[in-house]
Amino acid sequence: MNGEIDEPVTVFTTVAALLPLNTLGHYIHWHFIYISVANFTVVVAMIVTFVAALFLPFPGRKRRKENK
Amino acid sequence: MSEEIDRQWTTRLRRKAAGKLPPEKLLPDTQSSYVASWIYVFGVATLAALGVVIGTGCILALRGPQWWHGSSYGHFVNSLHLWSVEVFMFAMVIHLWGKFAMAAWRGGRTLTWMTGVVLFLASVATSFTGYAIQSNFDSQWITTQAKDGINATGAGAYFNVLNFGQMMMWHIVLMPLVLVLLTGMHVLLVRMKGVVPPFEDDPTPTPDVARVTE
Repeated sequence: MNGEIDEPVTVFTTVAALLPLNTLGHYIHWHFIYISVANFTVVVAMIVTFVAALFLPFPGRKRRKENK
Repeated sequence: MSEEIDRQWTTRLRRKAAGKLPPEKLLPDTQSSYVASWIYVFGVATLAALGVVIGTGCILALRGPQWWHGSSYGHFVNSLHLWSVEVFMFAMVIHLWGKFAMAAWRGGRTLTWMTGVVLFLASVATSFTGYAIQSNFDSQWITTQAKDGINATGAGAYFNVLNFGQMMMWHIVLMPLVLVLLTGMHVLLVRMKGVVPPFEDDPTPTPDVARVTE
């Protein structure tokens, strides 16, 4: 072994090096709000998806209106 | 003879079911024009994610914890199970927000709304029992923290989060049964009553809406 890493460098090991998940979590603390960065990211992604779903045009909607 | 057949419970049930849910309502060819919006896709996205959750869960049940912790294929299926649950909850919450904004209980759709509410709560309980049976340090931490809360409710005698076997049965038998039955009921109710129309297209406005628009 001689201290060498025998695992080949793959896309997965590169991503794992960039986004290490085997560490202590990071938290946002603001007054009484205490939330992990991971959970906060999911909540923000949900709000963005919800707003996008309301305003993004749906494929084929214009064609359906013209056919009508 | 004919009268006797008419009185049979099978005949009455078939006629009632066919009356409430004829084939063209059960599998319609077209939908109303207002359904052509992204906000209407999250219900079916939740259903699709549930399908992946159940499929991957079946594979995990067949192979067991040693496999999902100890092999790369097991890790992959275990991760698929987790991430499909994430997509399931993500899509379900956006579906909930959309339906809440539409007041989707209008027009006799109370039962559709309430089955959705119970499904949401049942999904949280199912996810919790899943976290409790990971058989790793995470599940040890979650269950030892949760036991005090559960015991404080008085349910600890029947729902012991430190009992791996019991949590496993809740997760793979009882809760999936509840989820699948309620999901079937929820979808059939949507087919029977149709998708809730926008407020301006609603033929039966609620008294509050009528008052505002007068």
